[in-house]
Amino acid sequence: MSGETNETPVLQPESFAFTPENLAKAKAHIAKYPPGRQASAVLPLLDLAQRQCGNWLPRAAMDVVAEMLEMAPIRVYEVATFYSMFNLRPVGRHYFQICTTTPCWLRGSDEVVAACRKKLGIEIGETTADGQFTLTEVECLGACVNAPIIQVNDDFYEDLDGPATEALIDELARGEVPPPGSVIKRQGSAPVTGPTTLHGVKLAGDPNAA
Amino acid sequence: MPKLTIDGQEIEVPPGTTVLQAAQRLGIEVPHFCFHERLAIAGNCRMCLVEQEKAPKPIASCAMPAADNMVIHTKSEKAKKARKGVMEFLLINHPLDCPICDQGGECDLQDQAMAYGFDRGRFEENKRAVKDKNFGPLVKTSMNRCIHCTRCIRFATEIAGVEELGATGRGEAMEIGTYIEKALTSELSANIIDLCPVGALTSKPYAFIARPWELRKTESVDVLDAVGSNIRVDSRGPQVLRILPRLNEAINEEWISDKTRFALDGLTRRRLDRPYLRRDGRLVEASWGETFAAIAERLQGLAGAKIAALAGDLADVEAMLALKELMASLGSANLDCRQDGAKIDPGCRAGYLFNTTIAGIEEADACLLIGTNPRWEGALVNARLRKRYLQGKFKVAAIGPRLDLTFPVVQLGLGPEILDDLAGGNHSWGEVLKTAKKPMLILGMGALARPDGAAILEAARRLAESCNMVREDWNGFNLLHTAAARVGGLEIGFVPGAGGRDCDAILAGCESGVIEAVYLLGADEIDTKRLGRAFVIYQGHHGDAGAHRADVVLPGAAYTEKDALYVNTEGRVQAVRRAVYPPGDAREDWTILRALSEVLGKKLPYDSLTQLRGHLVAAYPQFAQLDEAPRAAWGSFGTKGAIEPVPFAYPIGDFYLTDPISRASPTMAACSEVYRAAHRPAAKTGTHG
Amino acid sequence: MLRDEDRIFTNLYGQHDWRLAGARARGDWDGTKALIAKGRDWIVDEVKKSGLRGRGGAGFPTGLKWSFMPKQSDRPCYLVVNADESEPGTCKDRDIIRNDPHKLIEGCLLAGVGMGAQAAFIYIRGEFYNEALRLQAAIDEAYAAGLIGKNACGSGYDFEIILHRGAGAYICGEETALLESLEGRKGQPRLKPPFPAAVGLYGCPSTVNNVETIAVAPTILRRGAAWFAGIGRPKNEGTKVFCISGHINAPCNVEEAMGIPLRELIERHAGGVRGGWDNLLAVIPGGSSVPVIPKSVCDTVLMDFDALRDVKSGLGTAAVIVMDKSTDIVKAIARLSKFYKHESCGQCTPCREGTGWMWRVMERMVKGEAEVAEIDMLLDVSYEIEGHTICALGDAAAWPIQGLIRHFRPEMEARIRQYREAAARRAA
Repeated sequence: MSGETNETPVLQPESFAFTPENLAKAKAHIAKYPPGRQASAVLPLLDLAQRQCGNWLPRAAMDVVAEMLEMAPIRVYEVATFYSMFNLRPVGRHYFQICTTTPCWLRGSDEVVAACRKKLGIEIGETTADGQFTLTEVECLGACVNAPIIQVNDDFYEDLDGPATEALIDELARGEVPPPGSVIKRQGSAPVTGPTTLHGVKLAGDPNAA
Repeated sequence: MPKLTIDGQEIEVPPGTTVLQAAQRLGIEVPHFCFHERLAIAGNCRMCLVEQEKAPKPIASCAMPAADNMVIHTKSEKAKKARKGVMEFLLINHPLDCPICDQGGECDLQDQAMAYGFDRGRFEENKRAVKDKNFGPLVKTSMNRCIHCTRCIRFATEIAGVEELGATGRGEAMEIGTYIEKALTSELSANIIDLCPVGALTSKPYAFIARPWELRKTESVDVLDAVGSNIRVDSRGPQVLRILPRLNEAINEEWISDKTRFALDGLTRRRLDRPYLRRDGRLVEASWGETFAAIAERLQGLAGAKIAALAGDLADVEAMLALKELMASLGSANLDCRQDGAKIDPGCRAGYLFNTTIAGIEEADACLLIGTNPRWEGALVNARLRKRYLQGKFKVAAIGPRLDLTFPVVQLGLGPEILDDLAGGNHSWGEVLKTAKKPMLILGMGALARPDGAAILEAARRLAESCNMVREDWNGFNLLHTAAARVGGLEIGFVPGAGGRDCDAILAGCESGVIEAVYLLGADEIDTKRLGRAFVIYQGHHGDAGAHRADVVLPGAAYTEKDALYVNTEGRVQAVRRAVYPPGDAREDWTILRALSEVLGKKLPYDSLTQLRGHLVAAYPQFAQLDEAPRAAWGSFGTKGAIEPVPFAYPIGDFYLTDPISRASPTMAACSEVYRAAHRPAAKTGTHG
Repeated sequence: MLRDEDRIFTNLYGQHDWRLAGARARGDWDGTKALIAKGRDWIVDEVKKSGLRGRGGAGFPTGLKWSFMPKQSDRPCYLVVNADESEPGTCKDRDIIRNDPHKLIEGCLLAGVGMGAQAAFIYIRGEFYNEALRLQAAIDEAYAAGLIGKNACGSGYDFEIILHRGAGAYICGEETALLESLEGRKGQPRLKPPFPAAVGLYGCPSTVNNVETIAVAPTILRRGAAWFAGIGRPKNEGTKVFCISGHINAPCNVEEAMGIPLRELIERHAGGVRGGWDNLLAVIPGGSSVPVIPKSVCDTVLMDFDALRDVKSGLGTAAVIVMDKSTDIVKAIARLSKFYKHESCGQCTPCREGTGWMWRVMERMVKGEAEVAEIDMLLDVSYEIEGHTICALGDAAAWPIQGLIRHFRPEMEARIRQYREAAARRAA
């Protein structure tokens, strides 16, 4: 949602068209909503367009979405600038969204940010010269018991610290995609020391579950 | 009917009334910014918070429906505290640059800050800086002042029907604008200046011109179309500085078109401020006496049949009456007020009026537009059609080239040949009109100003009759005129008398030499080349087409410079009032004719405007009542004849340049430049509202 | 401590199969048809009797909310599930969605029957991309198995479930902002009245419920209202998934009985406070929006709606953010102020203007670069926002600051003093 004001102008492509595959997906999204309510598909379609464009949303794509959904373009611009997941300027291949809200901060998000800056040599809001990494700071990602967290594109990397963050960057730079989730291999949101509950979960046939 | 108590007073209100409206009925003022009775409720400014007993927190009175047994306090400590807080928040990021703000002196924020705010600020942080937007030649923006009430967005979306304004970004970074910079493509755009409760949107042409307390305010009427929008003319000394809308629920509500508002800089340019005489092929300055003498000399001994008169689109009723009577005394029946040659039948009033009335549009449930672009020919009529559309269950169809009227329109065809099918029941839309409870049609000059216009008028009358559009309780037959003078001229019979020539025949007579002298009363929309070698007397206020061709120029008064009557397209008599004096030697128009008549030895029988009006009312009693649109009796009009399958052509090619005043206006020229591309008839109709 | 047999979310950590087969093995989708057959009134009544209160933060009685839906409607009725989990500290719905999706899906059907809805829209926050993929897969499984869709579970009831992803906006967790967003607009809260039960999604009667609220419904209906109501304290019944984050040895999610003592919750499940209980400074007990409570309160407080309300805080989403004595408490709250400034939708004046103002003052308070009098001014500004906005985000932005000033004013004053002393030293 970073607006275009007060920043360097973005080179906007002249036109945009969904690929046949994405067009089919777009139509499927529209079909999910009641007739005449096609505007409901604006978020899914903008998301689809952003994915097609390499994780940013050119203005031409917004106009195409407006046309498809019979919305006035300004209504689509409002939406695209309101939601934080739409990038109105190009971003790097690995889009680092570092959560720094209080629960992550309490568990060392400062260290994570510092590791990113040091390793990549860029500041928050910048992209590496090779276009590989972009750093942003985001608000609570909703995985607080696995803090601190970075979301890289679609994937959460959890339970990070400085060295783990650097290792993550190394792997991505090598072209590897580490499995998302806890980098210390915790079982989901269970205590790191092992679950304190659910030891004796009875499966089918549990008398209490009948 | 909910009954509630506000500040100790009981009131019963109709269901759906808001607490704020209920308070207003009791005369209790509740401050507000975002609320506007003609716009959807937004409830965002929070200035109208009041205390409701038993409610956990203050309520936004603009959005809360009144309910039984509510007990409201608008002046309690809780209400005051809430209001004071909101006021403080509105001001923290406001630049407080009142000394350099054009809204100063008529600013809601300023007034309410005085009444409800703190006497000092507590905000020690840096204020927000917001980039100004370019909204085109009319609206100046100063977005630091914006309080995000969204009135402008709601106006554009709802009333103007152009969904181009929005609020992008979010939180404190939210900005009002078009996102991709552009001027609003609406002929009503500048109403957002009036709606803006602060100085974020101000008038660009009026920037830094005057303070409101320096202005003399004159209540008047616009004449740049035939709608007759009510206006307030603000002047200082000899100059009109500003034109604003004046509330008239029957006509323009509280809006005016951008041309009505901003053509005023044309009032000081290209003005005819002294008499001229053509000598040796050139117009040279002359005295009133010299010009009158020249006219007397040329008309001396000329047979009435060789003299003619044409009234232009801005002519007032009194001047037309005086000219008509002067022509009669000279023995001429050659006169016409239909410069465009529209085949209007002056014989039946209902045949040339907008009988439904503008407000009456809101009762209609189906409408057929015939050869008219109401968006340009009567912007406020179009706004009313859109308002009706938004109320739902309103079907509109059009015959003529495709247009974007800001609401969906079914396109039936390009030309008049379809009218008989509609009347004869051979067209599906004929069925729509027949089954509608209150069907209406609007016939434009595009349908009448053509050779088969009289036959089209007749066909339209039959269509109206066949669809039961004309009955005891309803008249759905309407002409949308484009000229402010037109209906007035028709009412007083400024049309050919027995054996007289109409506009086209007058011009043909000039070409052939049969007509030797023509009196143009502000007639500029004719093909002046056709005036041939005739002696041309031009009386008017601008050096436009007519004056250029004239042999004698008599400087008259523009509509802001005289007291005069006009009749709008509904047949409503309205008075324009003098806000400033005519420039130089120019005079109010009827007085010029009165003076000339004396020189010609045909002295008109009135020495004052009061006498003239008495004379007018005696002859035409409908002028006795101002501001009313009484119902006209139905009758037969139009002439049965062949209809040519030629597409309609709309009379207005450029909304911003339609008359001598707007053509002299730099602001209108700028608008024309900017909007030429945007206002070209669009490929698709309707919006997504 | 809650017995494992009384835990609803038996795959909370994803240690078992999330798919339909696994869910069935854990008891989901068991006898659903029969529950539907008991009828709408029975479902609502049972949920009322269970004492279930909304798990999204406000704690409104769920059965009562469902009963607001019209008995007869010529328009469609909708259940809208709020999976826009974004309240700092909160990550319980994520676990339900990715590890127990069928509880949510079955809950949608049963709640839908209870309120007479023909469809459920699940609005999931956009960042939960992988979670959305999984939930969609589970929905697809349920359709394929005839559990939802036409003649759901063979009950004769038709019921659709549509998953909708958001795109990054905390405010969409506010129910009417969520509806706006779902309709394709900016997530700006609506004015109320009208309430969603009268005019909701697409102008139709709608009820918006949190993921956890809906997901516990099938188990309540299967095991009976009395079972659920037997857990916890009166008016604060049942189980609850707690999210424990911050300065503890083992951050985790855990399902516990409502009313469990805060200290027990932390020490039994989260490995205790880093450095021991005495190293505790304060806790934000219910997600970022509720006021912080100092250790002295934490020592004894119980974790439920009423107990936390009594100490001028709230259960909220039951997200417990623990801060030990090393915490810069002013900075911790200032970061929340930044969050609310960032997430304010901008629609109404007090929130749009006030959140930014408070954050800026808080940033100065972190450094001590302020006047002592500004602490009271800050408090006053927070009161000018609270209760004056269209939605509760204004309140949520105000409360953390009010909590801070209530319990840590001396800390703030000391910092201002230190800043001044340092400035004076520099000047000298």
